[in-house]
Amino acid sequence: MSQVWRIEPRYYQMATLTGLLFYGISELDFPVTWKSAGLIISTALLSQYVATRLFKLPVFDPRSALIASLSLCILMRADSQWLLIVGAMITIFSKFILRWQGKHIFNPTNLGLTSMMYLTGGQVWVSPGQWGNLAFFSFLIACLGMVVVYRALRNDVTFAFLGFYISILLGRAVWLGDSWAIPLHQLQNGALLLFAFFMISDPKTTPDSRVGRILFALCVALGAILVQFVFYRTNGLLWSLVCCSLLVPLLDWWLPGKRYQWSNPTIQ
Amino acid sequence: MLKKWCVAASLLVVSGQALSFCGFYVAQADTKLFNQASQVVLVRDGDKTVLTMANDFKGDLKEFAIVIPVPTFIEEGQIHIGDKAHIDHLDAYSAPRLVEYFDGNPCPPPATVGEVAMSLPAAPFDSDMARDGVKIEAQYTIGEYDILILSAEQSGGLVRWLKKNGYRIPKGAKSVLGSYIKQKMRFFVAKVNLTEQAKLGYNYLRPLQVAYESPKFMLPIRLGTVNADGAQELFIYTLTRQGRVETTNYRTVKLPTDMDLPVYIKDDFANFYRALFDYQVEKEDMRAVFLEYAWNMNQGCDPCAASPPSEQELRELGVFWNQPESGSPVDTFITRLHLRYNAKNFPEDLIFQETSDHNNFQGRYVLRHPWQGTADCPQAQEYRRNLTTRWEKEAQELANLTGWNIQNIRRKMNLPGLGNTGYQERWWQKLWK
Repeated sequence: MSQVWRIEPRYYQMATLTGLLFYGISELDFPVTWKSAGLIISTALLSQYVATRLFKLPVFDPRSALIASLSLCILMRADSQWLLIVGAMITIFSKFILRWQGKHIFNPTNLGLTSMMYLTGGQVWVSPGQWGNLAFFSFLIACLGMVVVYRALRNDVTFAFLGFYISILLGRAVWLGDSWAIPLHQLQNGALLLFAFFMISDPKTTPDSRVGRILFALCVALGAILVQFVFYRTNGLLWSLVCCSLLVPLLDWWLPGKRYQWSNPTIQ
Repeated sequence: MLKKWCVAASLLVVSGQALSFCGFYVAQADTKLFNQASQVVLVRDGDKTVLTMANDFKGDLKEFAIVIPVPTFIEEGQIHIGDKAHIDHLDAYSAPRLVEYFDGNPCPPPATVGEVAMSLPAAPFDSDMARDGVKIEAQYTIGEYDILILSAEQSGGLVRWLKKNGYRIPKGAKSVLGSYIKQKMRFFVAKVNLTEQAKLGYNYLRPLQVAYESPKFMLPIRLGTVNADGAQELFIYTLTRQGRVETTNYRTVKLPTDMDLPVYIKDDFANFYRALFDYQVEKEDMRAVFLEYAWNMNQGCDPCAASPPSEQELRELGVFWNQPESGSPVDTFITRLHLRYNAKNFPEDLIFQETSDHNNFQGRYVLRHPWQGTADCPQAQEYRRNLTTRWEKEAQELANLTGWNIQNIRRKMNLPGLGNTGYQERWWQKLWK
């Protein structure tokens, strides 16, 4: 097999997220300063290093901390830099503390964002409307590149989620008699792609078996719709994922499967 | 009217350029610059919402009718007639503004004038109903309006009923009404009661206000796009407690601000602002909502385009958290959003969220008048040399903001011939103009 196919997926993720962050700051006016981005990334790396020593891991591996902190830079907003620091710390330490049978329960970025939004009473927020849709298709192509580097290993959860979510939105539009422009507008959002390809797809926090992952994707899609169209709150995807993550140990117990390992694993 | 908003100065030396914060408020770009602009005030905290709709209806009052989807049932006490002057005041207070500065004599050592905060203090019906499946849940006459709260089982019946009762319903509204019915929305329908109108003696329609409680923080715009000819203009003022408001299903974009412009814009500010807004809408492919102002009203304004609304005015606009007996005023944050929309680019209703962003933002454009007095010293020569570069930069800034032809701008600025200014346009800069 050629070298290209053996690329470590996390390097591709890092490259895509870095590109997205640069594009967001320069073209979409994301309210992120280089200082705050540096603060989030360095806090995450430092937290990863401290946790590595505290939990006596064999080697310090910055990759997953970098990916999580890049996602935080793209999504997390706050007036106070202290809140950004605390958010980055919760994100990283949650991987080490909130564990169940050798897996961390929550996607770190997802938990960092939702816990900060909840605990600060809205002092930390996520702007779902920040994306616009001009560069949507470029980002879509970059996300589909992930499919290639993952070699379809765990893409099932992403596609199952997108399948359920898109079907529900289209079904809702048919039921309401809305024009297709409405669900298409709802779907053309960078936040949805970031969520589907970078957050719910996290192999360390999804169920071990394929059936489990598909059930999990269905729960997340239904939860997101519930938050958006029944409770009328924003960021339904994030709230749904953090709640549904609690079901993963149950799904693993009910439907056991082979545990995922990164190539060149370092336990976290 | 010129209002001087800064009167004192302290000297502080910095290297290079003399920066001045002292200036005169010159003009504002209020909603009157735009044809057929709708204005809405949304006051919200938690799930409590007060919606005020300004009516700029100019035709025969017999013809006036509005149908607005509302998330909940509305009792009589929840409807109120507002004061148009309060909305005009809010408009004037939050409008993009033009300010001017006057360069000091270049001969004394360059000095920076320290900023002196001189912001103004904030002020501590019918028998066919059953067949059509339409239910009049309530019927009120309030001020000059006859108001119905309708619920319906299906859109066809509602359209038939509305038409029979003299409402002109545009083609294509049926499916939108159907969508709202399935989402359990009620309809707030208002017509003018001519007898009451004559009694009251107003020669215009006063704003309608509705107070309701619902988790939906949104503004229905779909019915308005059904039969609109071309794009429509909408201004939304939100008054909240925590911070800036943004749309969650469309991008909210800050308008370019704090630009230095050629001084001739002083007499052409309205044209400039219209051109700037047109050009920004075009750049964003008419898919964005623009932020024109975001400010904590307890911090007054700086510079003030108009004095901040009083506590009484805010209360009448619906700010329910400022109780007169509560002593010190609670924070109220204003966000002014401006959008141009049509059905194609804005297919969904606007959905909002309040953020905790407390940063003040204003659309502010700056004129800098050069020193007109005599000045004869080495610094003055340097100052004059720099003026040319500064003017050129102002011309380019204006061209970038509005898309206007830079040669025309230079002509209007009466810039000396390019050969004498030291500025040489490169060959490619003329290529695509």
